[in-house]
Amino acid sequence: MNISKDLVAASAGPLVLAILAEGDSYGYAIIKRVGELSRGRIRWTDGMLYPVLHRLERLGCVEARWATAETGRRRRYYRITKAGQAHLEAQRQQWQVVDSTLRGLWRERTQAPALG
Amino acid sequence: MAMHNDSLEAQITQWRTWLQRRPAIRTADVEELEGHLRDQVAALIDAGLDADEAFLVAVKRLGNLDAVSREFAREHSERLWKQLVVSAGADDDARRTTRTETLVVVGLAAAAAMAVKFLELFGYAPIGSGKGLFDSGAPYFPNLSFFVLPFLAGYFAWKRRLNRAGCVRLALAFATAALVVNAFPFTPAGHTWTLAALHLPIALWLAVGVAYTGGRWRDGRGRMDFVRFSGELFIYYVLMALGGGVLTAFTMGMFAAIGVDAEWFATQWLLPCGAMGAVIVGAWLVEAKQSVIENMAPVLTRLFTPLFAAALLAFLVTMVWTGSGIDVKREVLIGFDLLLALVLGLLLYAVSARDPHAPPDAFDALQFLLVVSALVVDGVALAAIAGRISEFGFSPNRVAALGENLILLVNLAWSAWLYARFLSGRGPFSALERWQTDYLPVYAVWAGFVVVAFPPLFGYV
Repeated sequence: MNISKDLVAASAGPLVLAILAEGDSYGYAIIKRVGELSRGRIRWTDGMLYPVLHRLERLGCVEARWATAETGRRRRYYRITKAGQAHLEAQRQQWQVVDSTLRGLWRERTQAPALG
Repeated sequence: MAMHNDSLEAQITQWRTWLQRRPAIRTADVEELEGHLRDQVAALIDAGLDADEAFLVAVKRLGNLDAVSREFAREHSERLWKQLVVSAGADDDARRTTRTETLVVVGLAAAAAMAVKFLELFGYAPIGSGKGLFDSGAPYFPNLSFFVLPFLAGYFAWKRRLNRAGCVRLALAFATAALVVNAFPFTPAGHTWTLAALHLPIALWLAVGVAYTGGRWRDGRGRMDFVRFSGELFIYYVLMALGGGVLTAFTMGMFAAIGVDAEWFATQWLLPCGAMGAVIVGAWLVEAKQSVIENMAPVLTRLFTPLFAAALLAFLVTMVWTGSGIDVKREVLIGFDLLLALVLGLLLYAVSARDPHAPPDAFDALQFLLVVSALVVDGVALAAIAGRISEFGFSPNRVAALGENLILLVNLAWSAWLYARFLSGRGPFSALERWQTDYLPVYAVWAGFVVVAFPPLFGYV
């Protein structure tokens, strides 16, 4: 399924933060995790993840550090901060409001299909 | 996980070079993206693709580089502005060199700032007190060059690793000049005293140029670099002076608010010491930025060449139309000297930034027009002034101004001739460039002549 550009842009931040809330991670692993969780239905352009991570870093939602990975190369690991957790919680509530509203609407439509 | 595949490595290297060219993507970002690419490639190879295929798929998944770099630019818009980071240099060696240079510059700037206070040790009134700089009671004005130019020359002698003979010659030049200016029995604040004080910096600027070019003074390109440096230094200096003015105003204002008079500090310390130190700091900034930011002097030249050409033409047309001659006042000759110097400066900085191999364009025609109209205006002024000199005889001021006028006139006339040849396709542009760089010592020699020969010639009046 192709998710529209706007929705990808809006959901990228909360998705990244929610994955980092599970534990520290790095770009490639975050993309892989999104793929697993959505069963391959959410596919980002990989390169676009990094500006998102840098924006979250600038906003203080995540911290980054360089560490040497098991492959021997350096890797940039991201960790969610206190502010990031608060931000994620706020986002969660907003998404839930949108989600439950849409669910309600769509349930009504399936129950009473011909309104006008 | 091991990828012993030369062609894959070569492809990744090529991709990395391509990525590094984007101004919005920094080296650290490239490393992060490269890590991603390698992880992706490794996963795809594990899934059964061969290295080439894996690379292609991984690059495709990273997305269109233009779009990605645009996203980076949006997040890091400051990166698109070239920043003058003086402490550049990633490796330790470069960083150590930068730190040494910073120390040298700070030391020299402090020395220049203190040199201007040095004369107070001999009981002279502080600079900026009483009648100030031009007070004949304290020899600040004629010695102004010595507070800063030796340190500037020293900076370049150090930076360019000038050989011992060069250093000795520089030191001798400064010592001789200092001796002449301070040993002559000048009439206090007399004409020749003022002229010597005004011309000494021009003469000594040549010594700075020799140090700047690091012994490459005979090379035309070295001199042209010095011309570029001088223009940029001037612009940086003006900017620093503006900042210094704001600092001074706020300092005095703040202390005035609590009823403390800080004027003595501003006029005797802040302004003179800052004015001297800023020259060294400005030179250092120009050195540090020359490869980072576009030169400013040629940009201003492009902007003002058409405007000055229009102003000169309008002046000529009006003069012919109304039939009024030039009213020869005392300042007129100096005014026209400055005009010629300015036109010459516009020409020089246009030449300094021009690609000598490019064919003539509209700007060259405009430049030519500017030079010719300046020549005509100056011809008119010279005729008027010649009349005045034949009427009132020679004075040091008149002879100095006349000499300068002739020197500039010769330069501009020959430049106009070379320009005309270039525009008509009969000569190369480089001839004009070489003429300008060859002519540079003439200014310094004349200035030196005014300093050394005028006082005895005119009886130290």
